Amino acid sequence: MTDLTVGRSPEPAAPARARREWYGIAGRYGAGLLLLVLFAYNAAFTPNFLTPTALLDVQLRQAAPVTIVALGMALVIALAGIDLSVGSVMAVAGQVGALSLVAGLDPVPAIVLALLASAACGAFNGVLVARYGVQPIIATLILFIAGRGIAQLLSDGALISFRSPDFQFLGLGRIAGIPMPVVLMVLVAAALWFVVRHTGYGRTLPATGGNEPAARLAGVRTGRVKLVAYVTCGVLAGLAGLAAIAITSASDANNVGLGVELQAIAAVAISGTPLSGGRITVGGTFVGAVTLVLLRNTLVAHGIPTEIAQIVTGLVIVLALFLQRRGR
Amino acid sequence: MSATLGLLPARPGRFAAAVKRQGALIALAVLVIFGTLRYGERFATGYNVQSVLADDAKYALVALGMSFVIMTGGIDLSVGSVAALGGVVAASLSGAGLLPAMAAAVAVGAAAGLVNGVLIARYRLAPFLVTLATMLSVRGLALHLSGAASVLAAPHGTFTAFGTWSLLGVPVPFWIALALFGAGALALHRTGFGRNVLATGGNEDAARLMGLPVDRTKAAVYVLSGALSGAAGAFLGAQTSSVDTAAGQGWELSAIAAVVVGGTLLTGGVGTVFGTLVGVVLLQLIFNMIVFENSRGELTISSYWESVIRGAFLLGVVLLQVRLTRRRRAG
Repeated sequence: MTDLTVGRSPEPAAPARARREWYGIAGRYGAGLLLLVLFAYNAAFTPNFLTPTALLDVQLRQAAPVTIVALGMALVIALAGIDLSVGSVMAVAGQVGALSLVAGLDPVPAIVLALLASAACGAFNGVLVARYGVQPIIATLILFIAGRGIAQLLSDGALISFRSPDFQFLGLGRIAGIPMPVVLMVLVAAALWFVVRHTGYGRTLPATGGNEPAARLAGVRTGRVKLVAYVTCGVLAGLAGLAAIAITSASDANNVGLGVELQAIAAVAISGTPLSGGRITVGGTFVGAVTLVLLRNTLVAHGIPTEIAQIVTGLVIVLALFLQRRGR
Repeated sequence: MSATLGLLPARPGRFAAAVKRQGALIALAVLVIFGTLRYGERFATGYNVQSVLADDAKYALVALGMSFVIMTGGIDLSVGSVAALGGVVAASLSGAGLLPAMAAAVAVGAAAGLVNGVLIARYRLAPFLVTLATMLSVRGLALHLSGAASVLAAPHGTFTAFGTWSLLGVPVPFWIALALFGAGALALHRTGFGRNVLATGGNEDAARLMGLPVDRTKAAVYVLSGALSGAAGAFLGAQTSSVDTAAGQGWELSAIAAVVVGGTLLTGGVGTVFGTLVGVVLLQLIFNMIVFENSRGELTISSYWESVIRGAFLLGVVLLQVRLTRRRRAG
């Protein structure tokens, strides 16, 4: 190695490379490290943190909707896209689900209808992006603006409350003592991990995101890859919306999913995934989303006002970007 | 762009180009004529025009800054939070009078913009994520300064009076916005700064190779966007006499929508400043027309339709742009 770098002294290169590698590791595993630090800190200093109730019912259950949305977002971001409409889609799915229940439908058809509605929203985004070549941020901005309006119109802005113990199982139920939203979050992550790692779609996804013309020349139907990603992102947002209304047993189109798009994008960003596409890390996204929620909860639990917690979250995102940038 | 379009011989091409460049203006004219015919004098004169324009001024300032950012190929999601911060600062200092309050709002806005600019231009971080982070942090700061409550402006001062001033039947805030748009158009088309902005957005590497100050240009547009957003927050405070904790929420996306409707491409390198102004007025007018339609009493349109109609407008514009751009490529 040193023999080949003619005309350059090798001494400064080695520490610089080491530093770069260090930044690279910090950028890639920074969110995981932060999660470990937060976990250790809470285990030592927060009373009752290491109880199943605190971990499963508080931390992970709170993280579940954001994580489910963030996993869909990771798919879209791997294609150099973005989906701003996820919050509105959550609201639409919640409204459709609640209205179906109020109309007397059984929980299963209600869930299917709501997921179909969110798939339609995702298809709308996907067609604009894949078929018409509209930039993802603009294409999904349309539904971000209009989607919440549509959701509000479905009940003319009123809150829809419903009573359906079977449906509420989605939010309040438990399987083997684990809250249902957490089960859903783990199932979604596992399914996505399998798809990304072990299927043909998982191979075409980063190829399309990294270099679309090359992928197309190699025979990848890039349009369909994109469409599938946006529909999946929509369906996952819908699922998160259903879990959200199942917990409160009421659908409020004004508030369900408000601001979730930014939390989800932030979670993907701190996991070391560049917005320029070509990469996806399911585990990283999962860790990123949980870390952001735990960070916030830790600060708030220690008497730090939410607005300061918000400032810290912003700083953490910038720090993560900075480390990733240095590591490249 | 206009040069290449001018070479097209066929009439449909020219017509298409005219629709593309003036589409928002045509749509605005159609809306105003429709409104005047349907709702009569009350719609097109006096109080209504004043209140609509006074309302639009602050959105116009934010959208002006956003236009410049988008023309460099960037994006600024922090404008709404910066407006909230500017509004909180201005309202807190409103006892000292209009100018100090306004200057302080512009200064904190510019400072927030400088943070964005340095992180994006100097450290080459992604604009979307940097401004997402500052969006969170700056709102946190605004909430912290306001004690997470509404900040009331000093009553009976020049600050709140500013919100009501008008000149020749047009509110002063809107005059200021107009003047700034004029200055913005001049800066874009007649100065080296404007050339640098468009060159940076058109092809950053080429601009760098040509020796243009790309980093400084990028930093400058974020400072500009921050300063204008700070001022917009102060306008809001002056008009409503208070700034609440939700001030400026969602402004970033309305501004982006207005810029796109106005005909600026999100890819950067191409843009029009006055198109953005038309986009702002157009999107805001939709709400106004719903109010008038409801006051007629024939049919009642829920205000929730407003966002649906805005979304539909954006969809129409986007599809039109796609069609026209494809035709241009094909030709």
